[in-house]
Amino acid sequence: MDSEAGFTISDEGEGHGTMALSGPWLVSSIAALERDLAGVEGPVARIDLSDVSEIDTVGAWVACDLAERLEAEVVGASERATRLMEAVCDLGGGMKLAAPRDAVWKRVTAKTGEKVYGARSGIYGVLGFLGAILSATGTLIRHPSRFRGKALVRQMELVGVAALPIVGLMSFLIGIVIAQQGAVQLSQFGAETLTVNLVGRITLRELGVLMTAIMVAGRSGSAFAAQIGTMKLTEEVDAMRTIGISPVEALVIPRILAAILMMPLLGFYASVMAIVGGATISNFALGIPFLNFLERIQDVVPIYDLWVGMIKAPVFGLIVGLAGCYHGMQVKGDSEQVGLRTTLAVVSAIFAVIVLDAFFAVFFTKLGWA
Amino acid sequence: MEDTGRQLGRHERYRGEHPVVVKGLANRFGDHVVHEDLDLEVRRGEILGVVGGSGSGKSVLMRSIIGLQPPSEGEVEVFGRSLTNAEPDEVLGVRDRWGVLFQGGALFSTLTVGENVEVPLKQFYPELSDKLRKDIASFKVLLSGLPEEAVNQYPSELSGGMRKRAGLARALALDPELLFLDEPTAGLDPIGAAAFDRLTLELKETLGLTVFLITHDLDTLHAICDRVAVLADKKVIAVDTVPNLMALDHEWIQEYFNGPRGRAALSAQALEELRKHMDMPIAAQTLKALDNAPDRKA
Repeated sequence: MDSEAGFTISDEGEGHGTMALSGPWLVSSIAALERDLAGVEGPVARIDLSDVSEIDTVGAWVACDLAERLEAEVVGASERATRLMEAVCDLGGGMKLAAPRDAVWKRVTAKTGEKVYGARSGIYGVLGFLGAILSATGTLIRHPSRFRGKALVRQMELVGVAALPIVGLMSFLIGIVIAQQGAVQLSQFGAETLTVNLVGRITLRELGVLMTAIMVAGRSGSAFAAQIGTMKLTEEVDAMRTIGISPVEALVIPRILAAILMMPLLGFYASVMAIVGGATISNFALGIPFLNFLERIQDVVPIYDLWVGMIKAPVFGLIVGLAGCYHGMQVKGDSEQVGLRTTLAVVSAIFAVIVLDAFFAVFFTKLGWA
Repeated sequence: MEDTGRQLGRHERYRGEHPVVVKGLANRFGDHVVHEDLDLEVRRGEILGVVGGSGSGKSVLMRSIIGLQPPSEGEVEVFGRSLTNAEPDEVLGVRDRWGVLFQGGALFSTLTVGENVEVPLKQFYPELSDKLRKDIASFKVLLSGLPEEAVNQYPSELSGGMRKRAGLARALALDPELLFLDEPTAGLDPIGAAAFDRLTLELKETLGLTVFLITHDLDTLHAICDRVAVLADKKVIAVDTVPNLMALDHEWIQEYFNGPRGRAALSAQALEELRKHMDMPIAAQTLKALDNAPDRKA
C-alpha cells in the first residue's frame, strides 16, 4: 500500500461513491495511473486523501483536476496536501492553457505572407546596408584619418595570409586532377600536349578565382557573419555606436576591403599553384618535363586570360565580404540566429559568386577575350 | 470495489537533517586557490543565504555541490549520498530531486517557456502523457508568477525578471526538495526583487523546499533567509542568523552588514515588521511619519 500510487472506488449507491486515493501521489508515480484515472467516471461525491502517503504539486494538481471533473469534494487531506492544493488549484485547469494553434489554411497563408513580407524587407535591408557602406566610404575619403588601417591589416592577414596553406593545397590538387583527367581524354585524339593549354587557361581564367572565392566564403565570410553577429548579441555594436564609433566604419569596411584586396592575390596564387600541380603530374605521368610545361604555358595562354581572372577576383571578394557582414549585422535576439545567419552568409555568397561567374564568362567572350 | 493501483519505483523524501553536507572542500584553478578546507551544512527546510565578496567563490561552491565543478579535494554529500566519487547512475538519482536556477536563467533559447519546463519532465519521466506533461508545465509556469501567455513565448521575448521566473519554473519542474538559486534578484528592479523574494518564501513554505541561495542582495538576506553563510578567506567563516552575524567581530562581516547599504536594508526590514503589527493607531502614525521623512532611517 505504501509504495505504490493507487485509488479505489467504493460505491455507496445513489451517486454517493467515495474515491479513496492511496500511496505516494508524486510526479514519479503518477504516470502509471494516468490512463486509469482518465477512465474514471462518476458518480463520485468525495475524494478521500487520507491514505495518501506523500504528495507533491503534480499529485495535488491531478487530484484537483479530478475533483473538478467529477464535481467531487476533497476530504481527508493532510496539512501538506491542503497547502499544495490551495497553491496549485487556484492556477486553474490546464485545459484552458493549451497552446492556441490556428487551422492549417490559416497557418499556410500566414507563413506565405511572412515570407513575402520578409523578402521585401530583405531587399530593403540589403539596399540600406549598401547605402550605409557607400556613405561610410564617402566619409572615410573625406576624413582619411578615421580609416582603421590596423583593422584592415589584421583582416588581410586573416583573410589572405592565413588562407595560403589551404588554398595552395586545394589548387595544387585541382591542377593535378585537371591535368591527369584531361590527358586521358585528349590522348584519344593524340593531343596530350594540349593538356598544357587546358590546365593553363582553365585555372587562370576560371577555376583559380572561383575555387578561391568559394574557399574564402567558407573560411572568412562565415567568420565575418559569426564575429559581427556575436558582437551584436553581446551589445558590443551598440556600445560602439554610443561611443560615437560607426560599426560600419570600424567593422564592415575593413573586412570588405580586406576581402576585395586579398581575393586577386589569393586567386593568382591559386592559379599558379594549380599550374604547378598540373606540371608536376605531367612530369611524371605524361612525360612532359616540368620546365617545358611552364614554358609552354607562356606560349599557349593569352595574357587576357589572366586579366579575366584578376577582374573577377575583387568582385567576388566584394560579394563574399558583403554577404558575411550583412548577415552578421542582421543578427538579433538569440544565439540560434548567429548560426542561421552564418549559414545564410556562406550559401548566399557562393550562390552569387557562381551566378556572376556565368555572367562574366558570357561577357568576356562577347568582348573578344575568348 | 475495484483496485487499480500499480507498482512503480520512486524516491522517498529526504528525512535527514542536512540535505547538503560539504566537508573539507578545496577548489584550485592552477595556482589560484578558491576554496580551502571549506565546510558547510544546509539544514532541511531552511533558506540558506550564501554571501561573500565578488570572486570569493560563491558560484564555484554551488557548481561544486551540483557536480558541475569536480572539487580538487573534499567531499560533497547531497541527500546523504556522496557525489564526489559517485558513478554517473548514482548521481542521476539525485539530479531529479534538485532544481537549479542559473544567474541568467539559462533557458534554452530555441524552446518556448512551456517547452523549457517540459525538458526535465521528458528527461526523467518519459512515460507521462503529452497532455499531462503540458498541463504540469503550464501550472508550474503560473506557479512561478508568470502570466498565462508566457507559456508559449520564447525566452528572447521576455524581460530579465520574467526570464528568471521562467528559469525558476524549469527548476521546479520535477518538484525538487532542494533548490539552488544563483543571485535570483540580481538585475531586477526593487519591486521585482521583492516580489521574487516573496515568491521564494511562499514556495519554500508550500512545497517544503530547502533553498541554497547565493545573493548580494541585503534585502533578500533580511527578508527571507533563515541563516546566512559567509564566504571569506577561502572558507565559510560563519553560518548563523543575520542578527547573530551582525554581532560577530569580523571586519568583512561588520562592513557588509553594518555598512550604509546594510543599515538601509535593516531599517527597511524593521519598517516592514512594524507594518505587519500595525494594529495600534500610534504605530500607524509613526510609520506614516517615517514614510514621509526625507531620510528613511528608523
